[in-house]
Amino acid sequence: MKSMLTTNKRFWLPVKTFAVIGIIGTIVGISAFGFDDPREAAPVARNFVFKKDSVASVKAFKQVYAVLMSARCMNCHPAGNIPLQGDDSHLHTMSPQRGKDGKGIYAMKCANCHQPTNTPGLHTPPGNPNWHLPPADMKMVFQGRSASQLAKQLLDPMQNGNKNMQKLIEHADDGLVLAGWNPGEGRTLPPMSHAAFKKAWITWLTTGAYAPKGKL
Amino acid sequence: MISLNVNQKAYQVDADPNMPLLWVIRDIIGLTGTKYGCGVAQCGACTVHLNGEAVRSCVTKVSRAEGQKVVTIEGLSNNNDHPAQVAWNEENVPQCGYCHSGQIMSAAVLLRENPNPSDEDIDSAMAGNICRCGTYLRIRKAIHSAAELQRKELSSR
Repeated sequence: MKSMLTTNKRFWLPVKTFAVIGIIGTIVGISAFGFDDPREAAPVARNFVFKKDSVASVKAFKQVYAVLMSARCMNCHPAGNIPLQGDDSHLHTMSPQRGKDGKGIYAMKCANCHQPTNTPGLHTPPGNPNWHLPPADMKMVFQGRSASQLAKQLLDPMQNGNKNMQKLIEHADDGLVLAGWNPGEGRTLPPMSHAAFKKAWITWLTTGAYAPKGKL
Repeated sequence: MISLNVNQKAYQVDADPNMPLLWVIRDIIGLTGTKYGCGVAQCGACTVHLNGEAVRSCVTKVSRAEGQKVVTIEGLSNNNDHPAQVAWNEENVPQCGYCHSGQIMSAAVLLRENPNPSDEDIDSAMAGNICRCGTYLRIRKAIHSAAELQRKELSSR
C-alpha cells in the first residue's frame, strides 16, 4: 500500500507541475492578449465601432484621396526631395531640400522662413511650429500615387510612420494636417471641410480600410 | 518690453511683439549691416542667426527671438575675421554688396555644419540667398576658400 501511494505521488507530481505551469501560462497569455488588443490599448480607437463594409470603405476613401491629393496635403508629400508649392504644386522656389530629418539642410531649414504661425500677406510663407517634410528614411510620398497605392501605403506601418489603427485615427487631428485648412492668404483650401475629411477618414478605417481596385 | 540678446549683448526693446526682428535690429538697436530686400523671405538679404540657424529676419516676429541668441553680421566675428569674411574679402566677392551680409550669414551655417562642402552642397545651402549682381561663382569660390581657411585654423590649434 505504501509503495502504491509512493508510486501515485511520483505519477501525480509532474501532472500537477504541468497543470500549474499551464494555469500560469494561461493567465499570462490572457493578460498579454488583453494588452495586444487594439481596443484595450487604444482609447481613441475604442470609441469607434469597427464593422467591415468594403463598399462604404472604398466610397469613403475616394473622399480621403481627393483631400490627400490636393495641393495643401500633397505639396509636403512630394515624390522627390524638394517640397511643392502653390495650387499648381510646382517645385518650391529656391529648391529647399528635404534633409535627413525632413527639416531642411544648412542655411535652408524649413523653420528659417516658415514661422510658428502664418506670415501675414498674400503668398507669404505659411507657418506651423512643426513645419517639415516626412524624413528621408520614410518619405510617405503622395505625389503620383493612385488611390489603390496610397490606401495600401497609408495602412503599412513600414511606410506610414509606424502608425497603428489608433495613431491613424488620431492623425486626422495632427497639427500639420489641420494646417492644410489654415494655409495662409492666396491658397485654396482642400476640397471639403476638415470635419467632412475626418468623418471620411474614420469611416474608411473603421469599415475595414479597403483599398480601391487599381494598379498595385 | 522685450528682452533680446543680440551679438552677446542684452537689450530691452519697447516694440510690438509682432514687429519683424529686422526692424528691431536696424531701427531700434541700430545695427544696419543686415539688409531689407523683399520682406517676404524670398531673397535672403535679411539673414541673421537665431540660435545658430539662418533665419530670415524680415518675417521673423521679434517675439520669436525673445530670450534667444541673435547674431548679426556685426557679431559674426570679433575682428571681421570669420573665415567666410576673410575669403569674401580675398576673392573680392561683392559687386554692389547689398546681399552679402545675408550671403555670409548663410555661408557661416554651411561651414559650421559641413567643413568641406562640395559645389552641390554650396548650391543647395545658398539657394535661398539671391544676388542681383550675379556674383554666384565668386560666392562659391569664396566658400571653398573659407572652408580651407577654417580647416587650417582648426589644424593649427
